[in-house]
Amino acid sequence: MQSVENLVTQIQGLSSSASDISVLHNILKAADDSLRSESPRLLPSLDQLDPSKHSLGYLYFLEPCVYGTITKERANTLVPIIARFITSCVAEQIRLAPEKFITVCRRFKEQVMLLEVPIRGVGPLLTAIHKIQASTEHLTALHPEFLQLCLSSKCYKTGLSVLEDDIYEVNQPRDFFLYCYYGGMIFIGQKRFQKALELLHNVVTAPMPTINAIACEAYKKYILVSLIHHGQFSTNLPKYTSSAAQRNLKNFCQSYIELANSYNTGKVAELETYVRVNMEKFESDNNLGLVKQVISSMYKRNIQRLTQTYLTLSLQDIANTVQLNSPKEAEMHVLQMIQDGQIYATINQKDGMVRFLEDPEQYKTCEMIEHIDSSIQRIMALSKKLTAMDELLSCDHLYLAKAGRERQRFDFDDFDTVPQKFNI
Amino acid sequence: MEAEDEQSNAMMDEIYSNGCEETARSRPIISGEQLDIEAYASLYQGRTKITRLLFIADHCDNVSMRLEALRMAYDEIKKGENTQLLREVVQKIDGRLGPNYAMDAAWCESVDRRAEQRKEKLENELNAYRTNLIKESIRMGYNDFGDFYYAHGALGDAFKSYVRTRDYCTTSKHIIHMCMSAILVSIEMGQFTHVTSYVSKAEQTPEALEPATVAKLRCAAGLAHLEAKKYKLAARKFLEVGPDLLNSYNEVIAPQDVATYGGLCALASFDRAELKSKVIDNVSFRNFLELVPEVRELINDFYSSHYASCLDYLGNLKANLLLDIHLHDHVEILYDQIRNKALIQYTHPFVSVDLNMMANAFKTTVAGIQKELEALITDNQIQARIDSHNKILYARHADQRNATFQRVLQTGNEFDQDVRAMLLRTNLLKHDYNQRNSRKL
Repeated sequence: MQSVENLVTQIQGLSSSASDISVLHNILKAADDSLRSESPRLLPSLDQLDPSKHSLGYLYFLEPCVYGTITKERANTLVPIIARFITSCVAEQIRLAPEKFITVCRRFKEQVMLLEVPIRGVGPLLTAIHKIQASTEHLTALHPEFLQLCLSSKCYKTGLSVLEDDIYEVNQPRDFFLYCYYGGMIFIGQKRFQKALELLHNVVTAPMPTINAIACEAYKKYILVSLIHHGQFSTNLPKYTSSAAQRNLKNFCQSYIELANSYNTGKVAELETYVRVNMEKFESDNNLGLVKQVISSMYKRNIQRLTQTYLTLSLQDIANTVQLNSPKEAEMHVLQMIQDGQIYATINQKDGMVRFLEDPEQYKTCEMIEHIDSSIQRIMALSKKLTAMDELLSCDHLYLAKAGRERQRFDFDDFDTVPQKFNI
Repeated sequence: MEAEDEQSNAMMDEIYSNGCEETARSRPIISGEQLDIEAYASLYQGRTKITRLLFIADHCDNVSMRLEALRMAYDEIKKGENTQLLREVVQKIDGRLGPNYAMDAAWCESVDRRAEQRKEKLENELNAYRTNLIKESIRMGYNDFGDFYYAHGALGDAFKSYVRTRDYCTTSKHIIHMCMSAILVSIEMGQFTHVTSYVSKAEQTPEALEPATVAKLRCAAGLAHLEAKKYKLAARKFLEVGPDLLNSYNEVIAPQDVATYGGLCALASFDRAELKSKVIDNVSFRNFLELVPEVRELINDFYSSHYASCLDYLGNLKANLLLDIHLHDHVEILYDQIRNKALIQYTHPFVSVDLNMMANAFKTTVAGIQKELEALITDNQIQARIDSHNKILYARHADQRNATFQRVLQTGNEFDQDVRAMLLRTNLLKHDYNQRNSRKL
C-alpha cells in the first residue's frame, strides 16, 4: 500500500519514456483501489503534477475525484481543472486508460450541464475526441456527449466538424444510435436536410434486437424531415431493417404517419387542420417546429410543381392554385424560394407575373468538373473499402464457423429427407 | 374534363338532338329524334333484345322512351317462355301502359306447367340415353336441357348443361357448338372470364373454322376485353371481325355495334400509324363503318385533325352510347382517353401553340384548355410548358446532356450513401455478434 506522496514521486519520475510509462501504468493499476478510498486527499496533490507531462498519473488521480454526487461549488472548482487537463494531456498516455478518460469526460459534461454552461464543455470535449480517437473512422463514447453539448449550446457549426468525418467502426450500439440522432438534429438545425435524413435513416434501419426509444424518436423526425426535403414519405422500410423496427415503429409513431398521409393528399387546409387537432402531441414531442416547417414546405412543393407546367404565371394564379391568401403572400414565397435556389424564376412586379426559367446549370464549369471528379474519387475509395471489408469478412473465423455450421446442417437435412430405401 | 364533355354535349344537344348510331344508316346526322327504340331493337333477337330494352328502360331519363322500351320488352317476352322476366317487367311497368300490359297470370301458369312437363320429358329421355350409353344422344340430351334452361332464364343451369356436353363431344363441330353456347350464356350472365376461356378453346380446335364462326369468336373476345377495360386488345379483336358476320350473331351483337365498339376503342388506344393502317385502311372494317357513318366520320376527322367536328360527333353519340348495355360503363373513360389523345396529338408537331386557337379547335374556353393541359403535363403526357401570360404553350425539349449529368451525380450520391450505411450496419452486426459470442464464452 503506497501513500499518495509516494505515488506522486513515482509518477514524476516515471513519465518520460514509453517503457517507464508502462511500468508506471502497472503500479497505478495496483494502486487504483487505494486511490479511490483516498479520493478527498487527491485533489490538492494534483497541483504537484503537470498534466502535459504526467498525463497518465494525473488521470488516475483525477478519476476518483469525479465520483459521487457533485455540488455546484465543487463543480465550479473541478470544471477548470478537467478542462485544463483535457486540453494539455498527452494522447499516448491517456490512451492507456481510455475507460478512465471517458469517465472523466462524461462527468465533466454532466458538471457543465449542472452549471448550465454547456458551451464551456464544447471545446474541451472536441479536443478529447481527437485525442482518444484511434482514427477518424472510429466512433468513441464521447461523440454523443459532445454532440449533445453542441445541441444544448447551439454550437451547430462546431458539431459539424465531427459529423463530417465518416464513421465506420462502432463499439457501442447505444453510442451509435445517440450519435446519429443528435447528429441528425444538428443537421436539421443547419437545414441540411439531406444529411439529416441520412443519419436518421441509419438509426431507423440499424440492426436492433428490440425497439428502443432513440429509434422511435429518430423515426418521428425522419418522417418529418423526409416530408420537408422530398415532399413525400413512404411507410415502407427497406428490407434490411430489423424486424423489431419494422413491426413496431409504425405503432409508436401513428400520428406522424397520419400527418404524412394528409400531406400526400396535397391539400394545405387539410394538413393544417390535422396539425391543429394534434398540436399537443407534436408539442410534447418537441417536434412542433419541424411540423410547422412541413406545412410551409407544402407551399413550396406546390409552387415547384407549377414550374414544371408553366412558363409564366400571374401571382394571383399562383396564390389560387397553391391556396395562399393573397398575391403578396405568393410573391414572398416565390421570392424566398428563388433566394434559396429551389426554383429559378424572375418576378415582374409591374404586371404581377412570374416567369419560370430552366435550371441554368450547364455542367460545363471547372467547379462542376472538379466536383464530379471528387465524387468519383470518393466512390472509388468507398468501393475499395467495400472489397477490403468483404475479404476481411470471408476470412473471419466466427463468420466461417457460423456459415460452415449452417451449411452442414443443411446437408444433413438434405440427407434426411431421402427415403430410407435409398440409403445404403 | 367530364364537365367539359357534358357542357359541349349540352350545347350540341340544343342544335341537333343527335341521331343514333345504329339506326342512322339512312338518316342524316341532324335528326330531331332520339334513339329510335324500335329500329334499335330490330337489330337484335333473342334474350339480348329483352335485356337491352330493359337496360334502356333502366337508364333512360325520358319517361316516354322508358315506357316504349318496357312495352316492347313485354311483347318480346310474351313470345318466349321466361315467366320470371315477365314478372319483373310487369312490376317495372306498374300499370302505366294500360290493362294490356298487366300481369298475365294465366299465361305464366300455362308456360310454367308446360315447362314442368317438358323438363320431365327431357329428364326421362336423358336417363334413357345414359343407360344406353349412346354418346351422341347424351350430348343432345344435355344440349336440349341447356336450351330449355336458357329459354326459361335459368342461365347458371343452362351454362352447366352446355358445359356437360363437353365430355360427349366427338367431332370438333360439337366442341364449337358447345363453346358457342357457353359463350352466349356467359355473355348474358356477364361472366366475361368464361367468355375468354371458351373463345380460346374454340380457336384451338384443329379443324378450320367457318368464317362466320371466326367472326363471332372475335366479337365475343372483343367484348370480353372491353369489359376488362383492355381497350387496345378489344379494338384489335373488333377490327379483325370478318365481313361474314352479317346479322348472324345478333343474339349478341349487331354489326353496327362492332363498328362503334371497335372504332371508339381504337381511337382511345391506338397511335396515329396504327389507326391509319388498322382502321382507316382496313377494307373489311370499312364495311362495318359504313353502317355507322358517324363513327366513320369521327375517326376520319380525328385522323385528319378536325378535332372540333370529331368531338361534335362524339358529343352527339354520347347519350345513345350511354344506353348501350356493353359500352355504358366505358363511355366516360373512352371519351376521356380520346380527348386526351386529341389534345396530345394537337400539340405534338408544334414548338408553340396559341391557346386561343387550341381552345377554339376543342370548343372550350382558354381557362378550360389550360386546366386540361396542366393535368396532362403533370402526368408527363405532354412535354411542354404553358405561358399563361401570353396564353401560349411551348414545347419543352429535354436536354439529354444535362439530364445525364444530373442523373449520374444523383446515382453517385445514392451509391455513396448506401455503401456507407451498409458498412456501418455490417460493423454493428459484427459487433453484436462478437458481443454475444464473448458472453457465451
